[in-house]
Amino acid sequence: MSKSVNFITRNFNKYDVSSIGSYMNIGGFDALKKAVTMPGEDIAALIGNAKVKGRGGAAYDMGRKWAQAKAVVAEKKVVVCNADEGEPCTFKDRTLIEKDPFNLIEGMIIAGYTVDAQDGYIYLREEYSHLRPLLLNAIRQAKTYGFLGTNILGKGFNYNIHLYSGAGAYVCGEGTALLRSIEGKAGRPRMKPPFIKQSGLFARPTCVNNVESLSIVPHLLLDQKGEYISYGGGESIGTKLVSVGGNVKTPGVFEIPFGTTVREIIYDLAGGIKDDRAIRLIQFGGASGKVASPRILDTPYTYDDLKKAGVTVGSGAILVVDERTSVLDFLQTTQAFFSHESCGQCTPCREGNRHIKLLLEKIASGTYTSEDIAGIKKIAKIMAMSSLCGLGESAENATLSAMNQFPDAFEVK
Amino acid sequence: MLTAQKQDLILSKELSAKIDLVLASHEYDRTQIVGILVDVQNLIEEHYIPETTAYYVAEKLDLKITTIYDCISFYSSLSEKPRAKYPIQICNSIVCSINDNDSVFSTFKELLGIELNEVTYDGRFTLESVPCFGACDVAPAVRINGQVYGHLDSRAKIENLLNKLL
Repeated sequence: MSKSVNFITRNFNKYDVSSIGSYMNIGGFDALKKAVTMPGEDIAALIGNAKVKGRGGAAYDMGRKWAQAKAVVAEKKVVVCNADEGEPCTFKDRTLIEKDPFNLIEGMIIAGYTVDAQDGYIYLREEYSHLRPLLLNAIRQAKTYGFLGTNILGKGFNYNIHLYSGAGAYVCGEGTALLRSIEGKAGRPRMKPPFIKQSGLFARPTCVNNVESLSIVPHLLLDQKGEYISYGGGESIGTKLVSVGGNVKTPGVFEIPFGTTVREIIYDLAGGIKDDRAIRLIQFGGASGKVASPRILDTPYTYDDLKKAGVTVGSGAILVVDERTSVLDFLQTTQAFFSHESCGQCTPCREGNRHIKLLLEKIASGTYTSEDIAGIKKIAKIMAMSSLCGLGESAENATLSAMNQFPDAFEVK
Repeated sequence: MLTAQKQDLILSKELSAKIDLVLASHEYDRTQIVGILVDVQNLIEEHYIPETTAYYVAEKLDLKITTIYDCISFYSSLSEKPRAKYPIQICNSIVCSINDNDSVFSTFKELLGIELNEVTYDGRFTLESVPCFGACDVAPAVRINGQVYGHLDSRAKIENLLNKLL
């Protein structure tokens, strides 16, 4: 029987999330106190050595990201926390904020110290507006205790955190769109370059991190015994939060050591499938992720193994769909999501989503030809190659991988 | 479908004072406009942003009215049309969909006697189909004025929920 671990989640249910005193009683802000005695480069190296990859979905080397942000020379820099967790079946960041808000604040302060930023911004999706008071309270208390403001811990470090709200736009999880939203504009993505790390929020060098990525940092800094690096192996060291949902008996967020098999996650941690039905498909990493057949069950959950099996970690979501839903029904629902969320700015994404939606309807109605199948593949390829941002690039991951994994569903009769 | 033909809301002193508080809580920072509009919308009984209110915010923050309407039309949580006292947002994304949100849609429609985006005669309820709001662990779920109600897997639970709001 596989078990979940408590490294990133070790503070869950251990303190009163509305009280900084309660957080400090369990060692809260010890990591920050340690961090401010270290050069920023060393903190970035520590994260790099643990091979932490960004937990929002792009899996960019986080130590490298911080080292690059530190190395940029600029008068003013900013840190942004992306709490716009919009991928369907992803709710780990919500859980992290609900159960350990102070740890996120501490992680953000350490990020600011590491990269020499003066301001930190949390972009919280409107759907999580119930968490706003919790975060505002944590920020206010941290300020009262001198962990935010001027001359933090007597180290001449000045830093403040600002909380911003989204308003129901999935595309704002994309870096440039998110920054535009914080600037008080509609969140339409823009072309890169300039890259965010050089010219991001308010044209300042910006270091954007996911909630989970930032939440790891305080624990990693205090990890004297090397517990984190004792988990997993290869390029996938440590632990990961996964949010398992769909037709499982006990959906939820679980912290797993890298290397746990997909079967252990689904059957041991999430309790297996409701009414013990068979699995139709499993989607990894949210709606923009790829799908796999149940053959993936014995694959270890690591970056490399999942990649070999044709999927990615993405947002950490694991969506389990049982046999009652057909591949086509699944794809139509997922396609409806992207057709709704495309911002409409660039042609490949706007028109591509529209036409693939129509073609999927045609397949569902049974009146399709092999030309329609080829059409989907062609449009999807164009979208992936030429869309302005990640939304259009990844919108057809599910469709393309499903065509590959479940050719029978697309057979021309 | 009935469409209300009514005059735009008049900005009362009481409402403008409440909006001032919202602005103050965002430190009159115009970059916070998205969050400000979300909060302002919640002040209005029918959960939308009346034109008078949009202009008031624009003036107070010295923002162009086009910037405000660009935001209102871009962000799907913001509405320039009156909604209802309780907009019932039913999740239409994949996790709720494979947990039989069809029944959730049809039960609400039947109990309230309205279709999607229609408003009950008393202005109390409207039904909206929205993408994932991250309550996948309690699917199928709805969200009403910021609060999530999950595990709506029976007619009785939906009736209970509506009775609580009545």
